Amino acid sequence: MSPSAEVETPEVVDVAAPERPGVVERAKQRLESLGAMTQMTGQVLSRAVRPPFDLGSLIFQVESLGVRSLPIALLTATFAGLVISLQFGYFLARFGVQYTVGRVVILTLFRELAPVLTALTVGARLGSGMAAELGAMTVTEQVDAIRALGADPLRKLVVPRVLACLLVMPVLTVFADVVGLVAGALVVNAQYAISLDLFFKGALDAVFMMDFASGVFKGAVFGFIIGLVGCFKGLTVEGGTEGVGRATTQTVAITSVAVCLADFFITKVTLYL
Amino acid sequence: MPFGHHKEAPTFEFHRPTPGEQLIHFEHLQKSFGAKRVYDDLELDVRAGETLVVLGGSGTGKSVLLKCLIGLQRPDAGRILFQGHEVTGFTEEQFIPVRRNVAMVFQGAALFDSLSVGENVAYPLREHFPDMPMDEVRQRVAEKLALVNLPGTERLMPSDLSGGMKKRVGLARAIATNPEVILWDEPTTGLDPVTTQSINAMINSMKKKLGSTSIVVTHDLVSAFAVGDRMAMLANRRIVQVGTPGEFRRSKVPEVRAFLDARRVELEPGGMS
Repeated sequence: MSPSAEVETPEVVDVAAPERPGVVERAKQRLESLGAMTQMTGQVLSRAVRPPFDLGSLIFQVESLGVRSLPIALLTATFAGLVISLQFGYFLARFGVQYTVGRVVILTLFRELAPVLTALTVGARLGSGMAAELGAMTVTEQVDAIRALGADPLRKLVVPRVLACLLVMPVLTVFADVVGLVAGALVVNAQYAISLDLFFKGALDAVFMMDFASGVFKGAVFGFIIGLVGCFKGLTVEGGTEGVGRATTQTVAITSVAVCLADFFITKVTLYL
Repeated sequence: MPFGHHKEAPTFEFHRPTPGEQLIHFEHLQKSFGAKRVYDDLELDVRAGETLVVLGGSGTGKSVLLKCLIGLQRPDAGRILFQGHEVTGFTEEQFIPVRRNVAMVFQGAALFDSLSVGENVAYPLREHFPDMPMDEVRQRVAEKLALVNLPGTERLMPSDLSGGMKKRVGLARAIATNPEVILWDEPTTGLDPVTTQSINAMINSMKKKLGSTSIVVTHDLVSAFAVGDRMAMLANRRIVQVGTPGEFRRSKVPEVRAFLDARRVELEPGGMS
């Protein structure tokens, strides 16, 4: 017998990943998920307006989600203000109207960049954080424990977070407006020798209350979306810690797409108001 | 989705059972998770004052049975009767009186990470008895922690506790409202033999001190024979045998025999501590 004949062929073990569901099945799952999230939205809204109100939890969440997000929101706004001011200053100078840069910058910031960039950066932080926290609570049965102890997880966990996002995002948007504008004024002053006085005068002449309000309103809508998606993905985690990781990345992807979609439709509506 | 069940069902008021009366009845229960069928026509009775051990291998749906009883999971078909009242279609709100009287000790304790031991134990009191004075809450918390041999641990955080201590705090939290029924989900899984013995002693002492009914789901045979008045074997999607520990030792039911023979050494007279 040759030595090779003594070696037994190892049994082939099928270690292939489980088969992915088909396109139809995945579409069905997405629709079911959308339906469940819509249902949760209704339940959260009905609980948010009915007592008892847990003000302590709301304040804690505002502090935890909002105040700690301020640095990233301000940093993003600063660089957004710097970049768009440089860009607009450069192009407007070609037509000899660089003194109008303040008008363009303020409208771009107030109506679009401040709410959207804040939602994309801060929203990723808030949404993924909520999905991870609630997801960990779900897989360790803490959410089940809340229910088993006679409490309502939506009221205890979701309502304070969604309301906090709803309140915090418009405030962060206002901060982003101001910081972005100041950063823009400083850079065009240094780069194109446009005085701060001329920049702000032009800016304030051009802007209407509606421009400011539409951005703040966008911030509130984006905050609501971020809070809902983060909480929903956290509470519906399946598959242990791996599932928590999946939920956080999905939250970032979904909130980013949802913010862009909502931005388009809100812009379309507010332009006619 | 674990939220929002709007089907109307009658509420019920719990009355103190007489020992030996049928307290809980699972009738023709069916449950599936996707394509995986967990129960096919499951039938089981629980009598007041007894400790019923539900034995079964991993993934046979033992924990799901407990969760169905308090509405954390919903059966696909069949009925669950609690003191003769059908609770199967109860809404989350309607389940509250059931959950006040049926407490669950979770497998991983499911303590709330952000709350101290004292706050964890006080949680069900605040939910079920919001008007209870703070002094009484503190007194009840101290009393329950003393009952599980953890006096003076109110200020500790769950992260400061060992696995066995967490289980005991989970028990203190479960019995805070003086429930009639305690559901134990794998109470000794993952614990060392000494801690396992102390948890077994605690299950027995709860019965003596509180006169409560217990349902213990486990695959730990040593623990099962140490605490069980009656035993039920869950296999092949149904209960294949119900009987006393003695009847189980003599069982000729193939599924029971296979389960017991796998740990024969520990079940020999004198083989168990």
